[in-house]
Amino acid sequence: MVIERRWKKWLYFYIPLAVFILFTLFPFYWMAVTAFRPDPELYRSWRAASATPFWTLEPTLEHFKGLLEGSEFLQWLWNTMLIAMVATIISLICGMFAGYALARLKFRGSEFLGTAIFITYLVPQTLLFIPLADIIRNMQLGNTPWALMLTYPTFLIPFCTWLLMGYFKTIPRELEECARIDGATRFGAMVRIIFPVAVPGILSAGIFAFTLSWNEFIYALVFLSSVEQKTVPVGVVSELIRGDTFFWGQLMAGALLGSVPVALAYSFFVEYYVAGLTGSVKG
Amino acid sequence: MAEVVLTGINKWYDGKVHAVKDVNLHARDKEFMVFVGPSGCGKTTTLRMIAGLEEISSGEIRIGGRVVNDLPPMDRDIAMVFQNYALYPHKSVYANMAFGLQMRKFPKGEIEKRVQAAAEILGIESLLERKPRQLSGGQRQRVALGRAIVRHPQLFLFDEPLSNLDAKLRVQMRVELKRLHERLETTAIYVTHDQVEAMTLGDRVVVMKDGVVQQVGEPMALYSRPANRFVAGFIGSPAMNFAEVTISESGGGLWAEASGIRIKVPPASAASLRPHTGKRATLGVRPEALRIANGSDPAEYLFDATVDVVEPLGSEILLNLTAGTNALVARVDPAVNVKTHERVRLAFDPARLHFFDHATESAI
Repeated sequence: MVIERRWKKWLYFYIPLAVFILFTLFPFYWMAVTAFRPDPELYRSWRAASATPFWTLEPTLEHFKGLLEGSEFLQWLWNTMLIAMVATIISLICGMFAGYALARLKFRGSEFLGTAIFITYLVPQTLLFIPLADIIRNMQLGNTPWALMLTYPTFLIPFCTWLLMGYFKTIPRELEECARIDGATRFGAMVRIIFPVAVPGILSAGIFAFTLSWNEFIYALVFLSSVEQKTVPVGVVSELIRGDTFFWGQLMAGALLGSVPVALAYSFFVEYYVAGLTGSVKG
Repeated sequence: MAEVVLTGINKWYDGKVHAVKDVNLHARDKEFMVFVGPSGCGKTTTLRMIAGLEEISSGEIRIGGRVVNDLPPMDRDIAMVFQNYALYPHKSVYANMAFGLQMRKFPKGEIEKRVQAAAEILGIESLLERKPRQLSGGQRQRVALGRAIVRHPQLFLFDEPLSNLDAKLRVQMRVELKRLHERLETTAIYVTHDQVEAMTLGDRVVVMKDGVVQQVGEPMALYSRPANRFVAGFIGSPAMNFAEVTISESGGGLWAEASGIRIKVPPASAASLRPHTGKRATLGVRPEALRIANGSDPAEYLFDATVDVVEPLGSEILLNLTAGTNALVARVDPAVNVKTHERVRLAFDPARLHFFDHATESAI
């Protein structure tokens, strides 16, 4: 019976899990292998006798070297980091206050407002960039980091608000009632009690917001034009595909380096992050 | 040290639900007052209005002579203990207890002194560095109490503070709460749905139902002179037995008659019951006012019943009986030897009979 259970566990658990992991990690693996693959190997036919499509025999750093020396990659990395940070911080601050208000304060139209904010989030960016482009031009922010720092919150704030509203609702109301009896104002109770308790939720919202701005493509493509202002996703695509030539090695090296900071942020906060997603607060 | 006066307090939710109806109460200085009633009776809402966590629809609340209707909770000089303790999970026990004092800008030395003193009273000195999640239920309860007493407020509010504890701990904490109150001599208002807690803790008990105060009184007064059928049934365990009776007059005396029971109305109640002659009324008798008849009992207060279930509790035996269509519970001496299905003769204690108006349910 024990043996039967063991093969069942393999059938229903380990094998599907392995397939799933293989499926999700393969693009990353492909990216990494391509980044280290020398050009001759890259452009060899798959049908050639010596083809090794799934690994490389002579790993090389020439693509990284080319990327860092031959392009503005480090500048793009810095731009992306700065823009993502500022946009995340703006969105988090607005989202915390808005989320708290929607979760806790009873005011006329609060439910409608909550739904409206969610609907804003559903409007596709591919439509919104048209009016936004007009606003950016009128405010003469085009081709500056501010163009993105101020437009990213248009989709990040609804997102943060919605996520944090849900989190605040899981925090027992008595906590802040007690704080208010203890001598705190409503604002004081929010800042001293609710926000510290909500740190897992706030971190989750922050990581998501950071990732979304880090990966954002269309606004960055439309609002930024000069090479030295670009962000990683746009820079890599627009500068490393020249005409119809794909510099696969450098493209993948850029993608690899570009995804490292996000991966680091994730793993650094993973403990809080998981707690935030499950939203558990116990008194 | 303060008295609390509620005058004509009403609470409406969204103009539709009338949760608290015209409550007038006066908790004296240093008194331990308990609000008790079934869930949804408005007791917690009333408490929250006193705390300032809930707006008052109409009426006036005074704490220590000061009208507090429009004061925020922080300015009412009160402390509250919540059912789920509401300890700040990110703060240590010490910081939890010190928070209220810090908010009021007490000097550091004074805060430390007060927290130490409170911790000593509650026996939690060794837990001060811990976080709430590292504490057991009873310890959390103590910390919540400590957080309330360090502030030396003029009024304590308790919202079912013991209901999350297991039965044994609840009894223990009940005694401690009472001891604490004697020591601190601060006015306290305590909300519970447990009538045993209400009776053991309260100097006076307020029984509420459907947002209306049913009776206010000392525990023994509520027990022996309930104002209406609800209070009679709510206070005391097992609950009072009720039987629908018809009042009739024969042989110069009043008789109360129900299915399987016919007893004489005791002289003390006769005068007030006379107007009800020929009408229906409710007879109430506590399980402890029933006993197995021993031959010397007057015949007017005897009836026969069949034993359905015997519950031997050690110090007493509970008999579940049927007399006619009426189900009754009797609390009898453990020496009594009766078996299920046995037919027994029981005697009422005539001094402990209650009569209630059939329509208004108030005591006659």
